[in-house]
Order: sequence, then C-alpha cells, then structure tokens
Amino acid sequence: MSASTSTSANAIVGRGVGARRSKGWSPRTEATLRIVAPISFGLIVLVIWQLLVTVGGVSDYLLPSPISIVTELVEFWPSVVSATALTGTNSLLGLLVGTLVGIVAAALAARWRIVDQMSAPIVAALAVVPIVALAPVLNSMFGADSQFGRQAIAAIASFVPIFINTLRGFRQTKPVHRDLMKAYATNSGQMLMKLTLPTARPFILTGIRIASSLAVISALVAEYFGGPRGGLGSLIATSAASSAYGRAWAYVVASIALGLLFYLATLALERLVLRRVPTGGSR
Amino acid sequence: MSDQIPTTTSAINLGATMTADAAAVRVRGVNKQFQTATGIVHALENIDLTVQSGEFVSLIGPSGCGKSTLMRLIADLDDPTSGELTVFGKTATQARLDQDYGIAFQQAGLLPWRSVAANVALPLELHGVASATRRTRVAELLDMVGLTEFADRFPDQLSGGMQQRVAIARSLAEQPRLLLMDEPFGALDEMTREKMQTDLVRIAADTGAAVVFVTHSIPEAVFLSDRVVVMSPRPGRISQIVEMRLDAADGREERDDDLREASSFFEMVTEVREALHGGADHSTGDGAATARGVDTR
Repeated sequence: MSASTSTSANAIVGRGVGARRSKGWSPRTEATLRIVAPISFGLIVLVIWQLLVTVGGVSDYLLPSPISIVTELVEFWPSVVSATALTGTNSLLGLLVGTLVGIVAAALAARWRIVDQMSAPIVAALAVVPIVALAPVLNSMFGADSQFGRQAIAAIASFVPIFINTLRGFRQTKPVHRDLMKAYATNSGQMLMKLTLPTARPFILTGIRIASSLAVISALVAEYFGGPRGGLGSLIATSAASSAYGRAWAYVVASIALGLLFYLATLALERLVLRRVPTGGSR
Repeated sequence: MSDQIPTTTSAINLGATMTADAAAVRVRGVNKQFQTATGIVHALENIDLTVQSGEFVSLIGPSGCGKSTLMRLIADLDDPTSGELTVFGKTATQARLDQDYGIAFQQAGLLPWRSVAANVALPLELHGVASATRRTRVAELLDMVGLTEFADRFPDQLSGGMQQRVAIARSLAEQPRLLLMDEPFGALDEMTREKMQTDLVRIAADTGAAVVFVTHSIPEAVFLSDRVVVMSPRPGRISQIVEMRLDAADGREERDDDLREASSFFEMVTEVREALHGGADHSTGDGAATARGVDTR
C-alpha cells in the first residue's frame, strides 16, 4: 500500500515545491524530502479516505474508514499479533527450507549436467504450480490440524526463484578463475567454497529477496483452503465471512506489514553482505 | 620450411650438455589439435623446446601461432594431442599437482570479493599453509611488488597495473621454480609496462626461477629474455629460436632502463623482427599480413 504510493508522492511533491523554488535543493533537504514526502502523501490519502467514508457516506461494508480499521486493530491486537506470528513462522520455515533445498539442488545441477537436465521439467512444473491447486491437496495429505502443508507450500514457492538464481550464479565463474583454480590443483570442495559460491553470492541473495515475498504470500493464501485456524489468511477469510469488514482490513494491514518485514529483512541482508564484499570491477 | 629449427647461436649447448633433470621444461614432438565446428585446427605442430632451470624464455609470434596454447600445455590446463612434455622431469599433471609452477595471465584474475592480501594468500590458503606463515609471506610479497599500503584494498579499487602486480605477487607466493606468464603486461600502458618489465627481471633474478613468458611485443621479449622463441601460425610451429646477446646479459639483475637505449638492444630487436617476418614468409609467403598482431613498439 504505502510502497506503491511513495514514488508518485515524490513526483507530485517534487513538482509542486520545485515550481516555487527555482533551483535544486541541497542534498540534505533532498534526503529529508525523500522521507517526509511519502509520509505526508500517505497521511493526505488517509484523511481523504476518512472524509470519503464519514462525510461522503460510503457504506462501511464497501470501504471501512481508516479509524474503524485502527480501532479493530487495537481491539484485536493480541489476535493480530498471534496470527502474524503464526503465518510469519510458516513463511520463515518455508523460506529457510526452500533456500537450503534450492541452493543444494542448484549446486548439484551445476556440477552434473544430467541432474540439470533431469530437474529442468520438475522445476518448470514447480514454477507454474498454482498455490490454490496445491493447498487443498496438501491440507488433506497432512491432516486438518497440521501447519506442515502451509510450510511446504511456502517452501515450494520460495524454492523456484532461489534455484534458478543460484544456478545462474554458479555458471558465472570466469574462465581465468577456473584456470587459476585448476593451476592450484584445487579439489571440488575448495572450488565450491573459494570460487563458485562467492561468485554466486549476489545471485543467491537476489533469489532469497524475491522468494521472501513469495513465501509470505503463499503461506497466507494457503490458509484460505482449510487447515487449522489462527493464521492471518484464515482470520481475513472468517472476518469477511462474518461481515466484520473493519477487522478483515485490520488483518490485511498486518499481512502487508509482515510481507514488508520479510522483504526489508532480506534486502538488508543483501545490502549488508554485498557492501562488505565487492563483487565487480576486477579484471 | 625445413624440419630442422635454425638457431642463431650454438643450439648445441642447449639440452645437450645439460642433464635432462636440470631442465625446467622439456617439450618433445608435441602436437595439439582442436576439434572445431569447421574441422580440425592444428594449433601446434611438432614442437621441441627445452627451458633450463633459471632460464628466461619468451614465446613470441602473431595471433594464432599457438604461443598461449603451448604455455597452457606446460601448465597442464590443456592436454597435448601427441608428444612428450615434462616439467622438472615429471609429467605436466604431476608438476601441477605438486605446485611446481606459478602462473599469471593477461587478465589479473583476482577474486573481487577478496582483499589484495587475501588474493595473494589464496594459493597458500588452498594448500594449507599455517595462517602465521601466510601473513609473513604475504607481507614479503606485497613489499616486493610495492603494494604494502594497499593490502586491505579490494581489486576494484586498484588500477590495472596494480591488479597485475597483485597477480604477479600471487604467482610467486609459493616460491615456484618455474613461472608461466601469458601476456601479463598486455593490457597495461607503456610506462607501467616498462616498470613492470624491470621489476620482473629483478624478481626473476632474485628468485632464480625459470620463466616461460608469452608476449606479442618484440622489445619486451628482447628486454626480458635469455632466449626468444619465434613462432609462426597455421599450423603453430617454432620457426626460430633467437639467443639474446645483450651486453648486460651476464647478470640479468643488471638489466635496467639503460639497456633499452643500448645498441645491442636494437640489434636484437631487429634480429627478432627479421626472424618473425622470415618465418612468416616461409609458411605463407605473405610476411606483412601474417606478422600482424605482433607489436613492434
């Protein structure tokens, strides 16, 4: 929600202020604006939204007002927190398993061409498998009281981008580096640790960043299709079904926060690792 | 071209008076063919070459004459199609496994995620040298190539010449008795290049290592070498081996920038140039065209 509005906010505020002040701002002003602009734009949107509902008379089931959403959020806070924790745990477990399996599978596929050829159709199938199709099947496979099906779905969803990115990264080693490693008579384990993995590192991190959002979305959507109650997805569904629209929206807000948390955490991981270790520039 | 390889000076004392074990590299009747889409390419044909311990030998010739291929065969990065190739009396593979040589390529080939010091330490690390020994050795090497204050920098923060110096320090890390260098100064500007050449002559003299140096620059080959092996393309052959008779040649450490202006230097440059053009004339009858790719700077 806020992420999508921030760029347009920049453009609008930038144009408005720029017209009054003739030339560019100091870097410090610009940095402050970059933070202040999207926040103020978001607030303006919220105020307009609130006015539309209260003054304009848009009915509550169509669009609950921001204040009623916040009220629900506060009232059901313990439930929101536990639901976020549950879905978050499922997503995190799925992401971790998907990452590990993805990297190991990519290492095998990079090492042995036959593994690559054998796995290609399976990976393609996993890439296109719809979560909505898989969720009911896995839920009945592992029983209605198990979180395993949801975690498995998150793992499958995050496996694909990580596998594809990592495999691509493993193939980026330069001939001169491979020659050098051969000249040093390195064994395949050393080759992996000293050359192949470090070369693939930026690709793996990008894969994890893409997978992090997918893991949250999949774990959440999987909850719509049975299984134990308590996650964000199942609470959105039940709240909406019982006409508690404000509450449903409160859980939606929590889902967005959870997705953003995952995305920002993996982005920070990527920044942290790649800032400490340069990846380009050498010849 | 006759089967016998003409040499300008006494070829007899090369290999004949020395024992086989003294030779750093011994190549006998080596052929190398590549299978390509358009058929078989004869990269090297019937190569005979002996490099003595401590000897500096340059391989020079136009593009496609197989000089880099020959170096890669010695390094065991490729296998000869036929013929015999030994390094310090062992097979090339055994010599590689025993780490008997150090190697540097035209590209510095530094690992961008490792600092300068960590790049130099890489071979030591791979071969299980203790970390304290590693640190002292890396400090020595960086001092030798004059990059001590850049130890903690990363490769992308260095100029091309500095990166190449790191690569050379890395190739010397394990005090090899043989150095293999494939146009290591090819991408450098002329000033840096001359400085690196002077440094290399000093380092080679200090360490007493034999050097096989691939280049396409005639002055570079003359300045550095004891012998210059002139090669001709399609198929890659040794057309002539020119022995350097530079005034200062008695002691390699005495080669300095004065030599670049000495008349003996220019005589040898001329001799190598004529060997290059002559060799090309024999094989294709078109000297000017086939000698392209050879720097006469």
